[in-house]
Amino acid sequence: MHLSVNPNRMELLRLRKRLFLARRGHKLLKDKQEELMKRFLSLSEESKKLREGVEEKLRAAYNNFLSARGVMPGEMLEEALLCPGREATVITEVVPVMNLRLPHFELVEEGDIFCYGLVGTSGNLDIALSLFSEALPSMMRLAEVEQWIELMAEEIERTRRRVNALEYILIPNLEETIRSIGMKLSERERGNLTRLMKVKEMVSGR
Amino acid sequence: MKIAVIGGKDYILGFKALGVSVFPVETGEEAAQALTSIKNGNYAAIFICEDFAEALKDILEEIREKPLPAVAFIPDPRGSRGLALERLRQNTRRAIGTDI
Repeated sequence: MHLSVNPNRMELLRLRKRLFLARRGHKLLKDKQEELMKRFLSLSEESKKLREGVEEKLRAAYNNFLSARGVMPGEMLEEALLCPGREATVITEVVPVMNLRLPHFELVEEGDIFCYGLVGTSGNLDIALSLFSEALPSMMRLAEVEQWIELMAEEIERTRRRVNALEYILIPNLEETIRSIGMKLSERERGNLTRLMKVKEMVSGR
Repeated sequence: MKIAVIGGKDYILGFKALGVSVFPVETGEEAAQALTSIKNGNYAAIFICEDFAEALKDILEEIREKPLPAVAFIPDPRGSRGLALERLRQNTRRAIGTDI
C-alpha cells in the first residue's frame, strides 16, 4: 500500500531514512527471534527430560508412601509428619535473558527430614520421604524451566508479530512509496525539461 | 519464599516432612479455594497434582500471566496424564506458529 505523503524531495529523504531504520530493526528483531527460538528448543528438550525423571521418582515415592500408609494407622502417620524438622525455602532471583525477566529458584533445605521415632513407623515411610526429598530439587528446576518456556513462548510470539509487520507491511510500503515518489519527481523533471526546450525553441524561432 | 503442593491428602502428606507447605484437598472446589488463597502469597512455586488440574483451569490461566509463582503439574499416584506435555506442546505451537 502506498503511504499518503507529498511527493517531494523532502519526503523522499525522510522515507529513505525510515526505510533504513526499518531494515535495521527488522534484522535485529530477526536475530532476537532466532536466538530465542534456539533457547526455547533447548529448554523444551530439558523440560521433557526433567519431567521424565521427576515422574519416575514421584511414582516410586508414592508407591512407598501408600504402602506406609497401608500398614500405619492414619493418626500415627499424620502425627509422624506433624512437625517437619526440615525447612525448605526458595531464594528467588530474576535473571535477565534477552530482555525477558526470568525467575531463577535456588532451593535451600535445612534440617533433617526424619523427625519421628523409629517405633511405630513403617520403613516404607523412610524410603518414601527420602525419595520425595530426592525429587524436590528436580521438581523446582522443572517448575522454573516450565515457567521460562511459558514466558519465552509469549516473547517469541510477540517478536514474530513484529518481524512480520516490518517484513510484510512496513518495509514494502516504504519501498513502494519511495519508488512512486521517485517516479513522480523524475516525471516532473522530464516535464520541466520539455517545457524548457519548447520555450527555447519559441524564443529562438522568432 | 516457600513452596506449595496441592493434591489429594492420601499421597501428598509426604511432602510435609520436606518443609513444603502442603494443602491437602479432596474436591476440585477445595483445590480452587486453596489455590486462590495462596496465589498472591509468598510462594515461589506451586505444584498441583494432575487430578485437580481440570478444576483449576481458570485460576491457572490468570496466574500464568505473571512471572511468579511458577506453577507445575506433578503426577498423582495413578500416573501422569500428559497434561504438562500438552502445555509444552501448546507453548511450542505459540512460539513456532505451527504444530510440530
